[in-house]
Amino acid sequence: MRYAMAIDTKKCVGCGDCVVACQIENNVPTGYCRDWVTESVVGTYPQLELELRSERCNHCENAPCVRCCPTGASHIVEGGVVLVTPEMCIGCGACIESCPYDARYSHPDGHVDKCTFCIHRVREGKQPACVSVCPTKCMYFGDLDDPNSEITQLLEKRKWKVLAPEAGTKPHVYYLI
Amino acid sequence: MNEELFISGREVPHIDPYLNIWHWPIGLYLFLGGLAAGILFFSSLYTILGREKELPTAVKWATFVVPVALVLGLLALFVDLKHQLYFWRLYTTIRLESPMSWGAWTLMAITPLSFIWAAGYLREAFPSWDWKFEILKKFENWVQNNRLPLAWIMVVLAVILGIYTGILLSAFNARPLWNTSLLGPLFLVSGLSTGAATIMWMSKNELEQSLFRRLDLLLIVIELFFIVHLFMGFLAGSEVKIEAAKLFLGGQFTVSFWVFVVLIGLVLPAILEILEMRGKKIPVSIPALCILFGGLMFRLIMIEAGQITRYLY
Repeated sequence: MRYAMAIDTKKCVGCGDCVVACQIENNVPTGYCRDWVTESVVGTYPQLELELRSERCNHCENAPCVRCCPTGASHIVEGGVVLVTPEMCIGCGACIESCPYDARYSHPDGHVDKCTFCIHRVREGKQPACVSVCPTKCMYFGDLDDPNSEITQLLEKRKWKVLAPEAGTKPHVYYLI
Repeated sequence: MNEELFISGREVPHIDPYLNIWHWPIGLYLFLGGLAAGILFFSSLYTILGREKELPTAVKWATFVVPVALVLGLLALFVDLKHQLYFWRLYTTIRLESPMSWGAWTLMAITPLSFIWAAGYLREAFPSWDWKFEILKKFENWVQNNRLPLAWIMVVLAVILGIYTGILLSAFNARPLWNTSLLGPLFLVSGLSTGAATIMWMSKNELEQSLFRRLDLLLIVIELFFIVHLFMGFLAGSEVKIEAAKLFLGGQFTVSFWVFVVLIGLVLPAILEILEMRGKKIPVSIPALCILFGGLMFRLIMIEAGQITRYLY
């Protein structure tokens, strides 16, 4: 089992529902977020190209945050999901420094916090909160090892990219382009 | 020309727009760790070489600084932890892939060792000192009789501690400025240099001072060589590395790095030491202070600058 997310940049309108849904579902403290929308404008005026990306932890296969964690608080569970155990985290910040995506933040309680792919919902057979609320249905969550899953088939059909592949992290959030 | 503009839809404190999760205590800790590693390295090295009679400061007196430096360093490290009451979790596991775990365990071993090492010389420094308890007197005897095996353990731990302060940073792929294998050796050499400067400063023995002056000069030359190589590597690297180098070549850290670290911290003490060797009388505290100041600034700047560099996508 390898959980992954695919996000269609052609369908995303950047409404930010995914961000709010996550904040409510996961009780994210005010002023912080586990996912966010990046608007990337590339080109020289007037030839500009806009790309909207809903970004979050990439649940990397080769996760630098898990490698550098001195206590084992950052760990990988079923489906390759990267989680943090708050009671084991000392708040040293090594994982925050190690993340090429800046996906982690220091929770006001002291421990590090990040996207969990809503593993608590996935275990109940539901979709992650961000995916479930997307009004344009541009987000897909599923198992890459299942050849019949929607996400596997989409990634076979569509062109896609991942962020900072040169970091060698083998990220599990794919952007359909 | 292609211009890329990012408008982030988030604003996370200490992450946006620039990562700022590590502050000056980390730089101070790396400096004190390097300094301790430097002094312990020379102390154990010259014990192994059997030169404690000729080099009393290196082997004995300078090691009194080490426990203080390590305790202050650990305190600084503790201050910068965000979940402080859970720090003991470091010692419930050993994680070979995590440099910080290596560092935590090395410090766990070297800190008590440095206390024991210095305590064994306490009565020599203060003849009126009395250990009061019989067991402590026996322990002192044991330490004094086992200097050589202790020195062998300490020399290995000191090198690990010195390199670790650099590897702690170089292991982070995500921060291009830090992510270079040169950082481990560079921090080790810089740590040895600050250690040598401290010994030179504390020494009252002409032979010892001149030995450490020459050692220091050699270490400064190696350090300058590494710094040139560091920038050559960056400029021949990928775009993120070039961006990292630009912070020091015209960017916001240009003045602080080249003036405080290179000029005051390396070039000036090197010139002063050469003059001293040529027979000019220069107070030993000036080059020593310059080197210590440069070593501290180097770490503070690397911590600050490294957190600005990141992947572009």
